[in-house]
Amino acid sequence: MLSAIWETEGLQTVGIVVLVFASIKLLHLLGLISFSEDSVEDELELSAVRHRPEGLEQLEAQTRFSRKELQILYRGFKNECPSGVVNEETFKDIYAQFFPQGDASTYAHFLFNAFDTDHNGSVSFEDFVMGLSILLRGTIQEKLNWAFNLYDINKDGYITKEEMLDIMKAIYDMMGKCTYPVLKEETPRQHVEVFFQKMDKNKDGVVTIDEFIDCCQNDENIMRSMHLFENVL
Amino acid sequence: MAAGVAAWLPFARAAAIGWMPVANLPMPVAPTEKNKRQDELIILNVSGRRFQTWRNTLDRYPDTLLGSSEKEFFYNEETKEYFFDRDPDVFRSVLNFYRTGKLHYPRYECISSYDEELAFFGILPEIIGDCCYEEYKDRKRENAERLMDDQEDNKDAKLPNMTFRETMWRAFENPHTSTMALVFYYVTGFFIAVSVITNVVETVPCGSSPNMKEVPCGERYTVAFFCMDTACVMIFTVEYLMRLFAAPSRYRFMRSVMSIIDVVAILPYYIGLVMTDNEDVSGAFVTLRVFRVFRIFKFSRHSQGLRILGYTLKSCASELGFLLFSLTMAIIIFATVMFYAEKGSSSSKFTSIPASFWYTIVTMTTLGYGDMVPKTIAGKIFGSICSLSGVLVIALPVPVIVSNFSRIYHQNQRADKRRAQKVQKARLARIRISKTGSSNAFLHSKRNGLFNEALEFTSSTEEEQRLNKSTSLLESQHHHLLHCLEKTTNHEFVDEQYYQQSYLDAGLQNYPSRSPSLSSQDGVTGTCCTRRSKKHHSPLPNASAPAHLQPLKHTHTHQQAAPV
Repeated sequence: MLSAIWETEGLQTVGIVVLVFASIKLLHLLGLISFSEDSVEDELELSAVRHRPEGLEQLEAQTRFSRKELQILYRGFKNECPSGVVNEETFKDIYAQFFPQGDASTYAHFLFNAFDTDHNGSVSFEDFVMGLSILLRGTIQEKLNWAFNLYDINKDGYITKEEMLDIMKAIYDMMGKCTYPVLKEETPRQHVEVFFQKMDKNKDGVVTIDEFIDCCQNDENIMRSMHLFENVL
Repeated sequence: MAAGVAAWLPFARAAAIGWMPVANLPMPVAPTEKNKRQDELIILNVSGRRFQTWRNTLDRYPDTLLGSSEKEFFYNEETKEYFFDRDPDVFRSVLNFYRTGKLHYPRYECISSYDEELAFFGILPEIIGDCCYEEYKDRKRENAERLMDDQEDNKDAKLPNMTFRETMWRAFENPHTSTMALVFYYVTGFFIAVSVITNVVETVPCGSSPNMKEVPCGERYTVAFFCMDTACVMIFTVEYLMRLFAAPSRYRFMRSVMSIIDVVAILPYYIGLVMTDNEDVSGAFVTLRVFRVFRIFKFSRHSQGLRILGYTLKSCASELGFLLFSLTMAIIIFATVMFYAEKGSSSSKFTSIPASFWYTIVTMTTLGYGDMVPKTIAGKIFGSICSLSGVLVIALPVPVIVSNFSRIYHQNQRADKRRAQKVQKARLARIRISKTGSSNAFLHSKRNGLFNEALEFTSSTEEEQRLNKSTSLLESQHHHLLHCLEKTTNHEFVDEQYYQQSYLDAGLQNYPSRSPSLSSQDGVTGTCCTRRSKKHHSPLPNASAPAHLQPLKHTHTHQQAAPV
């Protein structure tokens, strides 16, 4: 009698195990659970698109570069990024090669956001060339505008002390460790204080675009250095 | 120099505008291109195959043949091209290096011809990209070993002044060096075999005397076996002592595997001599006899293959561990299942889960002794699943171990892994040096006062040429960019050594913060900023117009000392 009970129990065990496996298989078929982690990556692969820029004539009209200059720029751009767009990682790598002693990744991040005007996470050749056109061939007003845009991290029209501190730290990070005099913790903060003393006219703790442009136009050093890179290309 | 991304230098310089509003100091003047050429195509004719590229591409690496003026030696006036009488296939890789910044090693290429081409074009092989570096290093090592083997065959003669001890050690390690060594080698081998056979035959039941049951030979011919054992142990002891005497580093010898095996092989005999025939310890004594079988491992000195097998097993430890782990998991699962499935049947042998382990192991390895069989239907179903999965679980890690063995067998016959480690470290060090070369180049040029604004104020062409020779335009633009950063943050780049020094100094005394003054005091502080060496320093040149005479005066004295 007991053995009969145990024997049915054994069959019951079999039944339960089979049921469990079948339900797991059903859920897998329905796509509710996935066994391998790779399926997510396959989706991303499809969206890595090749970007082709607008025609040469259009770019010539929109920017202040000549045809030859656009050709040179595009050749360099495409050489480094064959797919036609730069994502943030590649951007950081490229920028970091110019500053071997320090860590340029934070500043590169801010730069990337400044160039990526439509905020889609990648810089296409058009974005790149528009940005360069402003920086190299733009009026003083446009350049100052661009710099303000760079400092204003959340793009709300005001530069706060925290934003400025982030930017300052990023710049100082690029210097690296081996500097003279030795970089201290409060050096960026002090620099931010000096900056705000100069720029913040009404002492309300933020710098607006007008204050910024006004102050820069009155500063001889800054004006002179704005013309520094005009013959870069 | 970040030559691979040279095309992005204009962008980096343009982006420096972002630093301008923040900087408190004026920026240095940008270097100008004196003779701005239109970017032109140049033709490289390599044994008839024409390659074309931009001149700027080649200028990225000024310390190679194609990037420097050395290529002018190969210029052919009539055809207006550069002709090189070299291998065009390898030249593809060389030219790709300029284009992409990465050097690749083609697999079909012979390693020595590739090295020769690289040497001709002035490219260091260390910068081969990671994708091809393993292959390159392996081929190079094989080549080096082949050369070494050729040399070894020639110089196998005895070196003149070796002490007796060194001769002995050499004889032990390479039996082929002398007849004496060979004799010794075979004698020891023979005695190992004798000893092992003795141990085996000892236990065979050897003809029984009519009154008693069968006795093993060992107890029948006690004296004979004892004498044989003693003789073998004598030989082994003598051999061990001789090796110990001859070893160059006795401490290392005593720790090596082979010597431990030797010791373990002869120790039971001596312990047996010491211990009397005491009832209590006879059990332990019997166990010690088991260790006599370790003498068979002494054969591994005589067989290279055995050593490789041992090494393989050691290096496949992770695969073996995985095998063991997965087997254990499966055993536990199936044993539990079988136990509960068989719980119902009467007179079941599956009394507990550990008792079911035996069944599971025997089934999974497809042995199937049959001493435990399931009787219930559920038990039979699970038993069959168990044996099927056993085949799979065991079959999976085995090919990995096999492929490991064949790889190690081919690779490990001569080279040690440790030698590869040292070379890898050296390579990384060299790459690091070349990477820091760019920062060093900047510091170097700063120290020697090569700034282009001096050129603006002097218009002497010879000085211009002399200065232009040392840095390419690309480099000077890069240095200008770094200089702008220094001005923005009002700190300077220095090298590691000086940083350590100044760090200690700052710790020792309260360093007064210097205001960024533009006065002529910079001349004095300028000398303090750079390394205290005997070379002349130049002060940081001021971009402001009124002070231009001062840098002019300073740099003028440096023109004589300008390095080439």
